[in-house]
Amino acid sequence: MGEPATKDVLSLDELEAAGGLRTGRKHILSILVENKPGVLTRIAGLFARRGFNIDTLAVGPTDDERISRITLTLDGAVHPIDQVTKQLHKLVNVLKIRDLEPAETLARELAMFKISADGVARAEVMQICEIFRAKIIDVSKRSLIVEVTGTYDKVDAFERLVRPFGLIEMARTGEIAIARGRGET
Amino acid sequence: MRAVDALMECLKAEGVDVVFGLPGGANLPTYDAFYDAGIRHILVRHEAGGGHAAEGYAKATGKVGVALATSGPGATNLVTPICDAMMDSVPVVFITGQVRTELLGTDGFQEADTIGITMPVVKHSFMIQHPLELPRSIHEAFHVARTGRPGPVVVDIPQDYSRADIPYEPVTDVHLPGYQPTTDGNQKQIRFAGKALANARRPVIYAGGGVISAGAAAELTELATVDRFPVTCTVNGLGAFPAPHAQWLGMLGMHGTRAANYAMDEADLIVAIGARFDDRVTGKLSEFAPRAKFIHIDIDPAEISKNVPAHIPIVGDAKNILPRLTAEYRALTPDPQRLDEWWSRIRVWQERHPLAYEESADSEIKPQYMIQALYEATGGEAIVTSDVGQHQMWTAQYYHFPAPRRWINSGGLGTMGFGLPAAMGAKAGCPEQTVICISGDGSFQMNAQELATCAQEGIAVKVFIMNNGYLGMVRQWQELFWDRRYSHVEMGRWPDFVKLAEAYGATGVRLEDKATLAEGIREALATEGPVVVDVRVTREENTYPMIPAGQPARNMVG
Repeated sequence: MGEPATKDVLSLDELEAAGGLRTGRKHILSILVENKPGVLTRIAGLFARRGFNIDTLAVGPTDDERISRITLTLDGAVHPIDQVTKQLHKLVNVLKIRDLEPAETLARELAMFKISADGVARAEVMQICEIFRAKIIDVSKRSLIVEVTGTYDKVDAFERLVRPFGLIEMARTGEIAIARGRGET
Repeated sequence: MRAVDALMECLKAEGVDVVFGLPGGANLPTYDAFYDAGIRHILVRHEAGGGHAAEGYAKATGKVGVALATSGPGATNLVTPICDAMMDSVPVVFITGQVRTELLGTDGFQEADTIGITMPVVKHSFMIQHPLELPRSIHEAFHVARTGRPGPVVVDIPQDYSRADIPYEPVTDVHLPGYQPTTDGNQKQIRFAGKALANARRPVIYAGGGVISAGAAAELTELATVDRFPVTCTVNGLGAFPAPHAQWLGMLGMHGTRAANYAMDEADLIVAIGARFDDRVTGKLSEFAPRAKFIHIDIDPAEISKNVPAHIPIVGDAKNILPRLTAEYRALTPDPQRLDEWWSRIRVWQERHPLAYEESADSEIKPQYMIQALYEATGGEAIVTSDVGQHQMWTAQYYHFPAPRRWINSGGLGTMGFGLPAAMGAKAGCPEQTVICISGDGSFQMNAQELATCAQEGIAVKVFIMNNGYLGMVRQWQELFWDRRYSHVEMGRWPDFVKLAEAYGATGVRLEDKATLAEGIREALATEGPVVVDVRVTREENTYPMIPAGQPARNMVG
């Protein structure tokens, strides 16, 4: 039971409520789950019925074939993140959840853009690609397909710049992330 | 052996002595195994009855209930009991048959996506993917249902897998790396909570069904009586603290006592134990207990700060935490006189606003009087189940539960049709105890078919129908909030419950006179076998007091 109780006074006024708070920033949750049928449905269903909005979601294997990693981002201004993670933890197939610290995290997203580009426009688009270190992976007479990787914000910025040229379509994977340093995410 | 024979071995190893179910095509192999397995199987008349019976069994005994159904409609009929068990944290394992694997996904006959349909309302579920998985999955299902915050677990078994021949070895461990409930409360937090309690001048203990699930009723009483802490319980917590008692405020919430609700409203410290701040407890959330700080003890961390932010959260098993909190508090030897002022304020509320109703001047039976008569006739010693509506609230108010696991109702989901099958399950689990079901004429008809089960199995439940010929609670709301526009709430005088009881092989009795009510109840309780008592009560009586939905506690009416 540890040390004996002391009689220090504790004023109830000093108590502060914990939990249920909104942080106001974007959160990246890295979730390790058992690689079993229906696990993604359980997570998606949980978010839907509790009214949590997922901004992006990416699922893939890990180095252990029995375990998959789900990386999802959501808005801490809208949701109490602690409630989201606690509800996720109740799913039996969820093994580990990390709410990644932005400063300690490397996050990347892959996106593909099909851009209308002919004549002068083509040169301009190619210049933007160069600045963003984007790769042109398909060229046709009147359009380009470009591959961009980077943070969510970088991909957003690229999108804003190329949109005026005529953005035919776009596909984004949603961010995946890993913690900096030697420790496991 | 066949996978289904292994299933029987697993059920026996889990200590299952009775199951509730109904066979069909997809679970024929399971039923073949039941033929000589030596496990008592009670054949229900509707799967929902079986599911609620398993809940009643679990709530009365504290053990895991088991309900079985076939695929498709059998499984979908279980959805309500599964959801009910989820809302009230009842440990039940639901075992459903599924079509053969070659038919899966083809819209085969009696195929339904049972795992998909039940996913939002289960604690966990298992779709058997290989016959060899079955034994381990069954044990894992029981483990998940029973431990942590209890709840329903579904195991769906394709018909061909259940017939497969497998080598069976007893399973002695479970492998659930993602499931490790915290049971041990954090010592620092408990010490902190002890200090907060020692400094509170207007404390209230607010206990829920979690105290009963944890088997911590004695520990709760010990904590409450270490000083003179006032105690109130949620509808599911009734019996966690022995009523009547000098420190008992009665139930809180929408139809709780004024003393309990006003005490919450003025408290400076609320100790929530195994309770989840449901809207029927808090009323308008933003004005709930505006002066209070909260200690929240719960085994489910997700409940803490879900609705009301906690100041001192303690995650763990109440049975582990409460004695430690009591010890911490005792060691501080706080001034016992500091609660005098609080108690004199509470006594004023109790004296000014006791639970009361206008007694009838003639032979009419007031519904509240009916509950008082049942309380007296059973000496408070019966296991009481109820359905949902006015009769449920009056029972919660006027039947004083002296011990846990005596009161079995559908608190969270509010499932009409719960009472009779739950009583049947409770009686099957506790055959020596008197089990009564207090129902309404509306609710009773939702699972009345289980009278046949009771008659066949000799399950002697005593049903008391509070018959006012209305869907009473809905009528009350229409009267109070919808200008008395009684839209589709009148049920008239159908059916004749006495004849219905007799048709099912039960004894039917009608009581309509206040003067003979007590005697009639005693006779019904002494009658062998299942009995249905049709008690004709005042037709338009309202359940008071009441916090109108979405309003704060101090706006109680009636």
